[in-house]
Amino acid sequence: MEAADDWRWGSVEAAFLARILDELRSGSRERALAGVPPELEKLLMLACASPRAAGAGATTLPGFVARVGLRARHDARGLRAFVSLLGEVVLLLPRFAMARAKVRGAEVLEVLAESSSRALVIVAVVNVLMGAILAFVGAVQLRRFGAGIYVADLVGIASVRELTPIITAIVLAGRTGASFAARIATMQGNEEVDALTTLGVSPVEFLVLPRAIALTLLMPMLYVYGCAFAIVGGLWVSASTLDISAAAYWAATRGAIGGANFAIGGLKAAVFGALVALLGCHCGLQAERSAAGVGSATTRAVVVSIVGIIALDAVFAVCANALDV
Amino acid sequence: MNSVITIDEVSVGYGMRPVQSGISVRIEKSEIFAIVGDSGSGKSTLMKAMTGLIKAQSGRILFDGKTVEERMTNGAPPFGILFQSGALWSSMTVLENVTMPMDLLDYSAPAARAALARFKLALVGLAGDEDRYPASLSGGMRKRAALARALALDPAVLFLDEPSAGLDPLSARRLDELVKTLRDGLGITVVLVTHELESLYSIADRMIFLDGEAHRPVALGSPAQLAKSADSSKVREFLARRGRMSAEQAEVIR
Repeated sequence: MEAADDWRWGSVEAAFLARILDELRSGSRERALAGVPPELEKLLMLACASPRAAGAGATTLPGFVARVGLRARHDARGLRAFVSLLGEVVLLLPRFAMARAKVRGAEVLEVLAESSSRALVIVAVVNVLMGAILAFVGAVQLRRFGAGIYVADLVGIASVRELTPIITAIVLAGRTGASFAARIATMQGNEEVDALTTLGVSPVEFLVLPRAIALTLLMPMLYVYGCAFAIVGGLWVSASTLDISAAAYWAATRGAIGGANFAIGGLKAAVFGALVALLGCHCGLQAERSAAGVGSATTRAVVVSIVGIIALDAVFAVCANALDV
Repeated sequence: MNSVITIDEVSVGYGMRPVQSGISVRIEKSEIFAIVGDSGSGKSTLMKAMTGLIKAQSGRILFDGKTVEERMTNGAPPFGILFQSGALWSSMTVLENVTMPMDLLDYSAPAARAALARFKLALVGLAGDEDRYPASLSGGMRKRAALARALALDPAVLFLDEPSAGLDPLSARRLDELVKTLRDGLGITVVLVTHELESLYSIADRMIFLDGEAHRPVALGSPAQLAKSADSSKVREFLARRGRMSAEQAEVIR
């Protein structure tokens, strides 16, 4: 290679020459570099000396089947870790009941206050709209048979038994579950979880248990609150489209809901609350120790929580059907 | 001299792949012992194995003749740790960060904990900053607060994971001096992971050099002795860079 004295090069030229030199054996390289400005020669030798340039360390992507296998193994490990976390929480409950767990009461109250106050508006809005939509759909169908008053039954049963627990839990998954995942994943990245572990304190006991307890207590309260707004949404549409009075609507609703539906809805709400908290914390604890890890833990927490809520609701439906309640 | 920590034919790594093998060393009481090596050589991995954060792939690590797990079942861990990032609990004040280990492990009388924590914070020069949150502290202050937390349970051994990482040279030297003062005053053993030559020469009594390419330790002794007569040329070359580093750092400090 030869270069004129006044030749100026940039990284594009250097990269092109390095690519040519890659193809040459070491003896030929030295001959080829004769006449090249010394600064550029140093640069090119540096580039050729790297393992990548020498062809070492080249990686190949695994094939489709291998990737599916790796993904399945990763998910199986995640599932096993979640079951382990669930077991640890269950074993810690008696200690918590006897006030011997390393849980700060202030932490439980803090999570309760933070999660509830910020969820109130969105739970109210979503449930009012859901009640109104149900009433609209019901009114169109039931009016044809002169059975408009049964809109109250439809809205009452559907919201109290099914939709309010699910929708409120999904709202909580998007807000609180995601924030649990992000918070704990950040703590992982900052070695705060390691700092707990080296003290001999279980992160599950200190971080997960208070959050699980807080959401298990909070969800039934949000459920009652959400049901009230769903019924108000139904009433609002019924009063405006079917000319049903508030007293008649309320009387029909009370007659339709019954204690069993309310108990089932409340139980679902508590279980969904625990599930959202556990999945959020689990995704946080399993997160990679990087900024990207925090983001993916948050996304995963929301997705698996929503899937988990719907799957658990299906289990509840099957059990309720089998028990005839 | 009494060995506080015994590392016996230990291999450490992640999964099935060992990062370092055949590590054997005894760390004496009140010694400042440095773990040194090139990047990725397994310094922090060895420290994680010593503190029970990961399991050693083979071999034994003993604190006064007992494993970490055995010591933990009897109460407080035998060591305190200053993590590389400080790892202060961000939702708590500096004072709460120091009292929390005492609360969690029921260490000393509840009424005395705050006073003990204030004493530890005064030792590291943070008297008056007790009510501040970690986010409002400078990097050096955060490290010192984390050091106070590491001292909360009066440990026999203090682990420091790259304590001067992210600090300016002046703050790093002050932290070194503080570690030495604490060792002299409290009689604790210090295990230090570092690749800062100034820290190494100024405070370490002995060091072990982990070779990242050979995947085994290649030198054990005092930094000054190894700089002259280490068998490995890599170690001699590593330690010989001190003069140049000092001049550069002195310039920065000026």
